Amino acid sequence: MHITEELSERHVLSITVTNEAGILAKIAGLFTARGYNIESLTVADISDNHQVSRITIVTNGPPRVIDQIIAQLDRLVPVHNVADLTANGPFVERELALVKVAGTGEHRIEALRIADIFRAKVVDTTTTSFIFEITGPTDKINTFVGLMRELGLVEVGRTGIVGMVRGRD
Amino acid sequence: MSELSGADILLQCLVDLGVEVVFGYPGGAVLPIYDALYNHPTIKHVLVRHEQGATHMAEGYARSTGKPGVVLVTSGPGATNAITGITDALMDSIPMVVISGQVATHLIGSDAFQEADTVGLTRHCTKHNYLVKSPERLAHIVHEAFHIATSGRPGPVVIDIPKNVQVATAPYERPDLSSHVSYRPQVKADPALIEQAVAMIAAAERPILYTGGGVINAGPEGSTLLRELAALTGAPVTSTLMGLGAFPASSDQWLGMLGMHGTYEANMAMNKADLIVNIGARFDDRVTGRLDAFSPGSKKIHIDVDRSSINKIVMTDVGIVADAASAMADLIAAWKKAGHKAADLDEWWARIAGWRARKSLAYPNGGAEIMPQQAIASLFNATKGRDCIITTEVGQHQMWAAQHYHFDAPNKWLTSGGLGTMGYGFPAAIGAQMGNPDSLVVCVAGDASIQMNIQELGTATQYRLPVKIFILNNEYMGMVRQWQELTYESRYSESYSDSLPDFVKLAEAYGWTGIRIEGPQELEAGIAQMIETPGPVMVDCRVAKLTNCFPMIPSGAAHTEMLLDPSQISGTLADEAKALV
Repeated sequence: MHITEELSERHVLSITVTNEAGILAKIAGLFTARGYNIESLTVADISDNHQVSRITIVTNGPPRVIDQIIAQLDRLVPVHNVADLTANGPFVERELALVKVAGTGEHRIEALRIADIFRAKVVDTTTTSFIFEITGPTDKINTFVGLMRELGLVEVGRTGIVGMVRGRD
Repeated sequence: MSELSGADILLQCLVDLGVEVVFGYPGGAVLPIYDALYNHPTIKHVLVRHEQGATHMAEGYARSTGKPGVVLVTSGPGATNAITGITDALMDSIPMVVISGQVATHLIGSDAFQEADTVGLTRHCTKHNYLVKSPERLAHIVHEAFHIATSGRPGPVVIDIPKNVQVATAPYERPDLSSHVSYRPQVKADPALIEQAVAMIAAAERPILYTGGGVINAGPEGSTLLRELAALTGAPVTSTLMGLGAFPASSDQWLGMLGMHGTYEANMAMNKADLIVNIGARFDDRVTGRLDAFSPGSKKIHIDVDRSSINKIVMTDVGIVADAASAMADLIAAWKKAGHKAADLDEWWARIAGWRARKSLAYPNGGAEIMPQQAIASLFNATKGRDCIITTEVGQHQMWAAQHYHFDAPNKWLTSGGLGTMGYGFPAAIGAQMGNPDSLVVCVAGDASIQMNIQELGTATQYRLPVKIFILNNEYMGMVRQWQELTYESRYSESYSDSLPDFVKLAEAYGWTGIRIEGPQELEAGIAQMIETPGPVMVDCRVAKLTNCFPMIPSGAAHTEMLLDPSQISGTLADEAKALV
């Protein structure tokens, strides 16, 4: 007997929640308990009275599963709203990464040149290393990190994405 | 304003919320609450023998009265012992509030004596849970917990209260719960969807109402409205295990339970219907059988108060998020307004009559042994016309009770459906008896299941609760044995109930009456004696050992592939089917 899986699509979910202890565990735990995937997850307080946080989750699954994920999140008591940015039309997604690259000579110069093309900022430097700060959609950061791999990549830290629907609403 | 201790605030909240009974067990971390309970004028505490018992008693109380069940346990093992019952209540949508003690706030996380991360452990088996960090928050949390447990899709809520919060003081004022920032369950259906549904029902040639526990949870009104809807449309009615009693089994429109051990007519009608109206059921795998063969030719309307139930398992044509009673009231009003008359369903009923003629619940009788089905039928005949509540454990006896005991009213049938918890039925009977002192409460049990919470014999004795336990004793974990016969060529691995106690002597040891029924000629007299004997009675009814529960849809099979009798058992299944529960 073999186990088969359905085709998945990637969705960015933006969830507003009451900022209470355990809410992140509740949401992350829902994903593991029901066998859903988390590609990335970001969370931060977004209200001036510290009552509400926004959690952005990138997940993947067949459309039926995505619909279930939204319904399951929506019924948690502390969840205010779940928006499927991918389904709700054009949206902006951004991620920030710190990328440390070590090297000298031609590799070092090439790293700087590529950083310039990607509009990455140098936020730390020694004579043999840089830390670049880069923001953008996930693809752009993947490409940048891929190029740096050939030029002395030491380590990468990424925030995971935040997203927002385009337009005034 | 004068201040109260956290423990007193908790009890004042319970009084204000109308709580009359608490099922619990004391321990170090709840001593302040137990001290506040000492000689309490209105709240009755039932001392259980194990915390799992407390949770099932609360479930039985809730299911039979419609009121939330309340549990009080200590920290650590008290809370972990409660988890099975909490999960059971989540799966079967039972309103329950569990109050647990916790170590003092400054000790949390230090691996203190009897510390467990109760909020973490119960996060995924509760509808919601709380750790109360100050007595000022307590009143609001307790009131909110009851609101959440009882509204929308009901479920268990845990309130974990550190010991220092029980001792510290704060002013108490009845909180205002008029608006919650995020919890607003939808109970009223979208009128456009109701109209669409009514048009579909009116146009259907082969409709069926498939009802579930949601109708029971909607209160007595739910059952009344279901009867009216069935009468207006003339459609046949079937129900899940959890929904039994919402529609009278004595009605001509009743097809019996559907699903794995449902009747032939109910499952065939589901398979051949052109419209399924699911009211408060959730397309559970015990009901659907093989999904790609589930009712292939029908349109589906699904009414559920939990939006995540809709399109979870079976894609529906019209999904209505609403309380079952509210939606049925709207359907009835819209049906009448549109001037619909019941369609001519004669052809459909003729086909159903053909399936009924198979008599799928028939069993061989008249031998030297008591057939377990006959034991249930005799119990039904002996209790007909009485106010009787039946609870069950889990296994063959549960399915035989569902098939052969016929319910005409809601809240009279208490069973563990979703989680399938052996050990549920006996404590549930105690809880039901607490809530219904004048009812005859009978727990139908198996010889294996009854041993899972048998320690509660003492609880019934202590509170003089006249519950009856009716054990169908076949000396096996019968359902396990049945599956082994079906799937594993009768290799009965660990399913024999060796070293059974003498149930009659055991009953007597606890101050109960014990009765043994050994043959068909003793059956009716034994049941009559059980009913007539005052106080608690345990009956050891010896039944045929190797009887299987039919009809049965084997795992991975379609509704049309029911096994109706033992001759159809092959003894093996494909790996795909073996992998299913």
